[in-house]
Amino acid sequence: MLNVGSINEGFVLDHIKAGKCMEIYKHLGLDKLDCQVAIIKNAKSNKMGKKDIIKIDCSLDNINLDILGYIDHNITVNIIHNGEIIEKKQLTLPKVIKNVLKCKNPRCICSIEQELEQVFTLTDEEKQIYRCKYCEEKYN
Amino acid sequence: MRHLLNPLDLSVEELTNVLDLAADIEKNPDKYREVCKHKKLATLFYEPSTRTRLSFESAMINLGGSVIGFSSADSSSASKGESVADTIRVISCYADICAMRHPKEGAPTVAAEFSRIPVINAGDGGHQHPTQTLTDLMTIRSLKGRLDNLTIGFCGDLKFGRTVHSLISALVRHKNIKFILISPEELKIPDHIREDVLIANNIPFEEVTTLDDSLADLDILYMTRVQKERFFNEEEYIRLKDCYILTKEKMEKANENMLILHPLPRVNEISVEIDDDPRAVYFKQVQYGVYVRMALIMTLLGLHV
Repeated sequence: MLNVGSINEGFVLDHIKAGKCMEIYKHLGLDKLDCQVAIIKNAKSNKMGKKDIIKIDCSLDNINLDILGYIDHNITVNIIHNGEIIEKKQLTLPKVIKNVLKCKNPRCICSIEQELEQVFTLTDEEKQIYRCKYCEEKYN
Repeated sequence: MRHLLNPLDLSVEELTNVLDLAADIEKNPDKYREVCKHKKLATLFYEPSTRTRLSFESAMINLGGSVIGFSSADSSSASKGESVADTIRVISCYADICAMRHPKEGAPTVAAEFSRIPVINAGDGGHQHPTQTLTDLMTIRSLKGRLDNLTIGFCGDLKFGRTVHSLISALVRHKNIKFILISPEELKIPDHIREDVLIANNIPFEEVTTLDDSLADLDILYMTRVQKERFFNEEEYIRLKDCYILTKEKMEKANENMLILHPLPRVNEISVEIDDDPRAVYFKQVQYGVYVRMALIMTLLGLHV
């Protein structure tokens, strides 16, 4: 059994689908943080069989969690204060996603315009459809 | 500041105001002869266009204003690699309003983000062409007397035909509209129009591949050209370009009050023998285009008589 110490102040991303933790690490920019970050892969889970977990020893204010809702809205965000879980945050689909998805339409202006932000907006919440702000192509 | 990037940027009420103003301009052109005196329109055309650019220029000159601009990417700084964002920042220092045509979809949206003057989308790739939509709506309203209770057939290139996408999006806001979408399989309307506009608004529509069977049911037939410049593969263009040709013989099956609209230029999808048919209104449509662009320029500049 591998033991990873608990954190005092920060948050834990739990119930990450096994194998997805590095994708989340990259999208949240965790490599840029100066605090302790623990990545646990393939942890045992009664509900999921196996799961990934990320523990981050810093304030939630430093992280934009919107993208998590897009990647997997089943992830649990536990906020830790004084070593205890004080809040479980519910994830929702972000209305706008910036600079995470890339438009694949070769006819879109973002294929040639230098340093243009890649912006996708949620156009159908039920079907989880995001469209490029510029050409309105669906992201697949 | 207001821009016109998508036909839906104008509410139904604002659209009605623009069409009312355009109708008044048609009746009393002299009244508007100096309303844009000392104002400048920049026409930023990164892609060849005759009628849209000249229609904008004619509209501004009719209002007493002046026009500056370029008519191809080769004669602009785009050929030196300048971004749309930088170009519009510069143009904002020279003109009071601009009309932009660009081969890339969403280019006018980028321009609007960085602009200090109103931006009018004069066509962005296969995406939107809102001033053609205003032209089409004015033609229908002027000649049919209404924008509701209509069955409208769109025929030809419904995939890359931006005028089609824009007009469908604008018409679904009116009551009792039905569409018949006539195209080959390869040129059917894109899914964002089918799903987000037609299905999402519970609009009745049929997708068919033959023109003849639908003609008797239509109040409006909107013909389109298969556009060579939208194809990456020339063989595919050659295979599809002549898929629908409206002839005198076909017109015999059509309703006697049906109007034929076309955004022009026509290639051979409408036989010239139909031009004298009173139902063929595509050249009247061009004249309405000037009036409606005059009304739009005034509206976006906040000018009144």
